[in-house]
This record gives sequence, structure tokens and C-alpha cells, in this order.
Amino acid sequence: MVENRPWMAWITHLVLLCGVLLVAFPLWVAFVASTHAGGDLLSGVTPLLPGDRLFENYRTVLGSGLSASGGVPVGLMMWNSLVMALSIAVGKIAISIISAYAIVYFRFPFRMLCFWLIFVTLMLPVEVRILPTFEVVSDLGMLNSYAGLSVPLIASATATFLFRQFFLTVPDELTEAARVDGAGPLRFFLDILLPLSRTNVAALFVILFIYGWVQYLWPLLVTTDESFYTIVMGIQRMVTVADAEPQWHLVMATAVLAMLPPVAVVVLMQGLFVKGLVETEK
Amino acid sequence: MHKRVTFRHPLLPYLLVLPQLAITFVFFLWPASQALYYSVLRQDPFGLKTKFVGLQNFERLFSDPTYLNSFDVTIVFSLSVTLSGMALGLLFAVMADRVVKGAATYKTLLIWPYAVAPAVAGVLWWFLFNPTIGILAYALRSLGYDWNHAVSGTDALILVIVASTWKQVSYNFLFFLAGLQAIPKSLIEAAAIDGAGPARRFWTIVFPLLSPTTFFLLVVNMVYAFFETFGVVHATTSGGPGQATTILVYKVFNDGFIGLNLGSSAAQSVILMVIVISLTMIQFRFIERRVQY
Amino acid sequence: MAEICMRGVRKRYGDTQVIHGIDVEIADGEFIVIVGPSGCGKSTLLRMVAGLETITEGEISIGGRVVNQLEPKERDIAMVFQNYALYPHMSVFDNMAYGLKIARTPKDEIRARVEEAAKLLELGGLLERKPRQLSGGQRQRVAMGRAIVRKPAVFLFDEPLSNLDAKLRVQMRLEIKQLQRKLGTTSLYVTHDQIEAMTLADRLVVMNQGRAEQIDTPMAVYSDPATTFVAGFIGSPAMNFLAGTVEADGHGLFLGGDARISDKGSDLSGLAGRAVTLGVRPEHLLAVGESEAEIRLGVELVETLGADTLAHGRPVGAAGTPLGDAALGGEAPGLITVRLPGLAPVREGERLPLRMAEGELHLFDPDSGRRIADV
Repeated sequence: MVENRPWMAWITHLVLLCGVLLVAFPLWVAFVASTHAGGDLLSGVTPLLPGDRLFENYRTVLGSGLSASGGVPVGLMMWNSLVMALSIAVGKIAISIISAYAIVYFRFPFRMLCFWLIFVTLMLPVEVRILPTFEVVSDLGMLNSYAGLSVPLIASATATFLFRQFFLTVPDELTEAARVDGAGPLRFFLDILLPLSRTNVAALFVILFIYGWVQYLWPLLVTTDESFYTIVMGIQRMVTVADAEPQWHLVMATAVLAMLPPVAVVVLMQGLFVKGLVETEK
Repeated sequence: MHKRVTFRHPLLPYLLVLPQLAITFVFFLWPASQALYYSVLRQDPFGLKTKFVGLQNFERLFSDPTYLNSFDVTIVFSLSVTLSGMALGLLFAVMADRVVKGAATYKTLLIWPYAVAPAVAGVLWWFLFNPTIGILAYALRSLGYDWNHAVSGTDALILVIVASTWKQVSYNFLFFLAGLQAIPKSLIEAAAIDGAGPARRFWTIVFPLLSPTTFFLLVVNMVYAFFETFGVVHATTSGGPGQATTILVYKVFNDGFIGLNLGSSAAQSVILMVIVISLTMIQFRFIERRVQY
Repeated sequence: MAEICMRGVRKRYGDTQVIHGIDVEIADGEFIVIVGPSGCGKSTLLRMVAGLETITEGEISIGGRVVNQLEPKERDIAMVFQNYALYPHMSVFDNMAYGLKIARTPKDEIRARVEEAAKLLELGGLLERKPRQLSGGQRQRVAMGRAIVRKPAVFLFDEPLSNLDAKLRVQMRLEIKQLQRKLGTTSLYVTHDQIEAMTLADRLVVMNQGRAEQIDTPMAVYSDPATTFVAGFIGSPAMNFLAGTVEADGHGLFLGGDARISDKGSDLSGLAGRAVTLGVRPEHLLAVGESEAEIRLGVELVETLGADTLAHGRPVGAAGTPLGDAALGGEAPGLITVRLPGLAPVREGERLPLRMAEGELHLFDPDSGRRIADV
């Protein structure tokens, strides 16, 4: 589109720069705060330029954590978050892709019932069944375990729908060619369908990794043992210290560390991320 | 909808759907039915006896001023988050759609907050607005406004709204941008030749064509504001001061886990279920309709 | 190598029957083309042979073995699909080798067979490429290579050329024919393109609405079509049909007005006075002088093709009035087409006197469409 008004271009860039600033400002302040000594942040106003304590602060949180919140090293919390996010992403993809395969490529009694049962999970987020789900997990002895953190979250209608949608676009002739070549259902799935789904799996993985990493309420419920804290909920433990100002420089260092992995995933795998996001919502 | 070519196997399909169905039953359907069941029971204060009370838990809730207050808070909160998040997302998307150079860079710089956990977003803004050392609180003070979200309910509500919106702008931006890029350029060029200026083109051509995206985002943002913002509230204001930021999800958690009021929490869960089911149904009907286009 | 035998093959989807009983014997090494308009059931029939559709009724045997209950892989067949159905994530080599790998063929043998097929199909340099890096014709060859390496008893082709452009289609048609000659494998080939059918087939199966209208060699189908459907479907431009009546004395045909076909030497006395549909191909309408004319064409449109000229129009009487009087139910005849050799000097609006070639006329029953006699 030819635009004959140059000043419009300036306004466009101005608005976008404001947007970038709005989005980046909290991150910048958090980063700056995480590079100062604790004392710098107890009075007066947060500085806007980085200090000189970057390495000390990050070494402290990663290695030993905050004494006031029980001293769980943030390194361990990040590890827990990583395990949880990876388990959720891998688990969700695995169970959804096989159930979508069954629903699309087989005719069997109760097929539509299965489809609707899976669909129902869309309508029951953790938030609306907090107590009873907690009880189930507790009865199964899954509190304070990686299984407890991840398994209850890996049923996903969206991932199943995405794969179903994709499978429906795979030409029937490929299936027939595979049958003529002598491939049974499992071989077809492993040799043909799975390799064809690579991009979808990757895109979904990006989305689900982020989904798993940012979980807050669920780890809050099922972990009481500090060694299973995830970093996102760990921050909350750090800021709600009794009768004292939080140690802001360390809290912000932790916040930066909590944002780093998922943000890096979004920025580095932007194409897959956008694809995953747009397609899971279809 | 269906494949022409299918496989035949007596057992395999069941084995393939089994893991997902098992998890759905154990962690979704059973707990949901338990919530329904508990919602018509009441426990005595010592947790020794339970009795059937019918809809009393619900009646109590709707005559409980704190619950009704929580409803009001949730509505103000979710409408603010939804509308401001969508307005900003649309604004940036329209601008990003216009730029020729640097569009990809702007996009990258605008979408990353999607990956920030709501709780972390809350803590970031909590820090910025910290009455003692927060730089935004300082800025407001120098403008003559004495910001203190620990005391002022309004300030606290604004804080959680800002934090929740900040995180969601990137999502709205992405979907609006995709919607804008799907509009054929020839339509806009035709309007330009018909003599419509940029503003007129936007409101008479672009915005109506975006309406499917807008409607979709409206529902998604409501769901987000209702449910996923728990972390923002819990990590920062803890529902206070008073009950100023106690949104429904936070109250379910608080009454059930902290207050240990089983019946009331279950009844609240059921109400939330009704809300989320209605929103999903609206969304699903909309998707069905869109498919037919 | 194997013969194929179909006996009373029927296919029903619920209440709708799409194949109404097909009987055909295919000899070992024969190239059979099933041709018909879309929806006639030809693909369904092929897919029943392949084992991709169940057989509702009847029996199909390959090499003397009834295959009704066998999986595709147990039938010793290979198939070339319309859109090639190449596995997009596999190299050309892997595409061709996949079936052999599943059959646990030794690695050396797989390599040898694939390379042999690649040489035959001139795919030598492309074995490491992915399907998306190939042209349409190359993909088509890979699809055939995939069929060849299996050394099956039967090749099945499901409209394999319909996704190619016209020029490539002609070339690939020749290649398929040569390949089949070289390998001598029994082949069953489905197409809606009658030129493909005529050029490729040892024998044709012309299908219409789930029935085999005629099963015969291309020339027999062309020169002695069994029904008006076959007559109209095979040959381009299509055969012309005119309503007529056999003269009471059995000599000649009355076409209405002053249009009359003289006695061509065939004895029609058994049909005397009977209403018939006369079928005549465009090339069998010969331009003659007015005095010899049996019928006249009011030329409405002329198409010059170079090698010959097509004149389209409606039959008219000697006075130029349209044919089609009360004797024929008052129906005006449809457009008929005449093929004239070379650049014929015929103009639109002209009245073209025509004579029908001897021994090239076909009479059909107007109700059943079946052939009654040749004139």
C-alpha cells in the first residue's frame, strides 16, 4: 500500500517504540535491581542503571537461595521447573498424539464417546477443581513428587484436537500406499505419520514447555517439601517473608532466572511458537 | 471430518486412547464429580460429621456479602484486563502491520511477555509500584498521587490489572496481527481508491473483517482473566487489602485450602465450572460457525 | 505373473449399490484399462482388487487364489496412485525401498532392486532427493519405481497421469506402455481419459454407472460399440446420434424430411419399420456433391485444427429448413459434427451435402441403447 504521508510512518514507529518500552520496562528494572547490593534497594528509589553485583547476586541465588525463605537454591528450583515443564510437554504430546491417532484412523465402538470425554477436559481447568484433585493426588501418594507435579496436567484436549486436525489433512493415499507396501497400523504410525507430524510436534512442544514452566497454582498445592519447589512458586515464598522487606535484589535475580528459559524459547523459536499458538487455538 | 481409509484392529485403538482417558477420569472427571458432591454437603467444624444440605451452600454463598463482593471484583477485574489488553494489542498490531522495515524486530520485542508466568509478572509490577522503593510509585508521588497498594484497595486492584494486562498484550497482539495480515490488501486498496482515508478504512473495512478474531480474543481473555490470573493475585496482594483483589478463583483456593470450608469451596468450584463451561461453549459454537465460512 | 478373475463382483455402501456385478477374466501379462466417466465405479473396482475396499459380493482371484479376505500386502500387487502418494519425508530411495524393508528383504537385495528400477526409469541421479525436489514427471516415475521394485504379480494404476500437464502425459503414457511390455506384468489401469485408454489397453473395460458396458479390444470397442454409451464415450469428437426409422422395405433409413440413408448393402429386412438410433462418427460423414447427398448439414460453427476441420451444425432439408418433423416426434435433432480432412473450404452458414460411409453406421435400440445392427 502506497502511503503518501511520511509523518504517519513516524507516528507508527513512535507508537511501536512506546509498546516495546512498556513491555520491556519491568524486565529492565528487574534486571537492574538484580545487579545491585541489597542495601541499595532498601531505601530511596530503585536505580535505573545496572550495579556491580551481578555475579555475586546470581551466584547467591543459584547456589544457596535465600536464607529467609528456607534457603532452597534457585538452581534446584529451576531444575524442578525444567523437569516439570519437560514432563508435561513430552507427556501431553505423547498421549495426545496416540489418542488422536486412534480417533482419526480407527473405527471402533465408543469412538465418539472417547472424543467427547477428551473434549470435556477443556472445560475443567485445575482452578475449578482444586480441592478434589488435590485429594486424589494425595490419596495416590503423589504429593511432593515429579509425577504429582506433572501427570495430572498432561491430559489435554487442545493437543489432541491439534493432532486430529493435522491427521485429517494427511492424504488418504499415503495410508493406502503404506497398506499396499505392507505396513500395519503401528508401522504406519511410526514410519509415516510421526515423521510427518514433526513440525506440529515441535510447535506444540514450544507452547507446552511454556505452559508447564509457568504453572503456579498446581505446584503450590502439591509441594510442601522445599526440594520440589518450582521457581515460579518459589518466588512467591521469597516475597512473602514475615515482618521484613523482601531481599529485592535476590528476588529480582530469581525473577529474571524464572523468565529466562521460556522467554529464550519464545525468542529463539519464534516461528514454531507462533505456529503452535495459532494452531492450538483453532 | 472422517477418514475414508481406516485401520481395523480389535484392541489397538483402545490401548491408544487409554492413557488419555485414564488421566481424564482420575484427575478431571472424578474430582469434578467430587466437587459436585461436596457442594451439597456440609461438615461440622471439627470435620467429624458431614450431612446433606441440598442447595444451602449455594444459598449461603449468594447471601454472603464477601462472595458477592468477590463477584463484583472479578467482573471489574476481568473486564478491565480484557478490554485494555485487547485495545493495546490491537493498537500495536495495526502499527506493526503498517511498518515496512523492522516489523519482525518489533514483533519479537512485543511477544516475549507471553512466556512470563503470571505470578512473576505480578511480582515485577509489585516491585515497580512498591510504595517505598518502587520507581512508578515514586513517579506518581512526584505527580502528587500517594500510591500505596498495601492500604488502598483501588491501588491494589489497579496493580493486579496492570500486571495481568501487561502479560496478555503480547497474546492479543499476535492474534490481531495474524488477523490483519489475513485481510487481502486489495480490499484496502479498493477502499483507498473509493476515497476512504486511513482512519475511515480502518473502521469501515479492517475492523469489521477482524471481528472473528476480536470475538475469539474476547472469550479467551475472559477465561484468562477469570482463571489464569490466580498467580498474579496470590503472589502479590493475597486478595487484599480487605477483599479488594479477591477474585473468584482466589477465593475458592482461600476458602478451601486456608479456611478449610469444604462445602463452600466446592460450591464455589461448581459455580466456576458453570462459568468456564459457558465460556467454552460460546467459543466452541463460534469455532463451528467459523469453520462453515 | 498372474491372471485376475472377477466373478459377480458387487459393492454396496449401505443401501446404495455402486458396482452391479462385474465379470471379467484377465490373462497373465495383459494390460487392461478400465475407462468410464467419473463416478462410474472404476476406481472402486480397482481398489477392491487392491484390497483397499471390501468386496460386498462376488469373488476376485489373483493367480488362482481368492483374495477377498486378504490384506493388500498379501495379494502380491503394487499400486500407482493418482497423486503419487510418495512419502514426503523419505528420499526417493527410501520411498521405493519401504515395501521391501517391511517385507524384511535383505539390504543388498533392496539396494540392487532399487538401483535396477532406478536405471530402468532413469532416476539414477535422484535417489537421495526428497519428493518435493522432483518435477511432476519424476515423481510419477518414482511412484512407478515403488511398484516395480516389489516385483508384484499385478500392477494397479489409479489415474496415474491425471496430475500431469498434457505434454508430459503423452510422454509418460508411452513410457508406461513400454515398461509394461518389457516387464510383462499383468496390469489394471483406471482412467477417465479415452485416449489413454485406447492407446494403452490390450483390452478395455468401459464402465458406466457400476456396470461394464463392453469388454473388448480398443479397436473392437471403437468400431463395434455395444451401446450408445460406449459409442458416445469412446472417440473424439464423439459419435453423432440421429433418430431414424428403418424403411418398410428394409432398404435404407428414413431420418425425417428429405433426409434418407440409401441401402448400404446390409440386410435390414428383419428391422423393417422399426425406430432406431443411428450412430455415425464425424469422420464417417463424407462431403459429397449435392446430387449424392443423403443428408445436409446447416453449418453453424467451423473449427480449423490443421490436420482436419470440424464442422458443427444441424441437419437440414434440401430447402434449408431444419430437419425433425412430426414423424420423429417433432424433436429437433441436436448438433452433429463432421470431420473433414485437411483445410476444408467450408464456411459458417453454408449448407453442406453429406453422405454416410458404407459399413461404418451403427444402429441402436432407442430404449435400451444396445446395438442392433451395423450398416
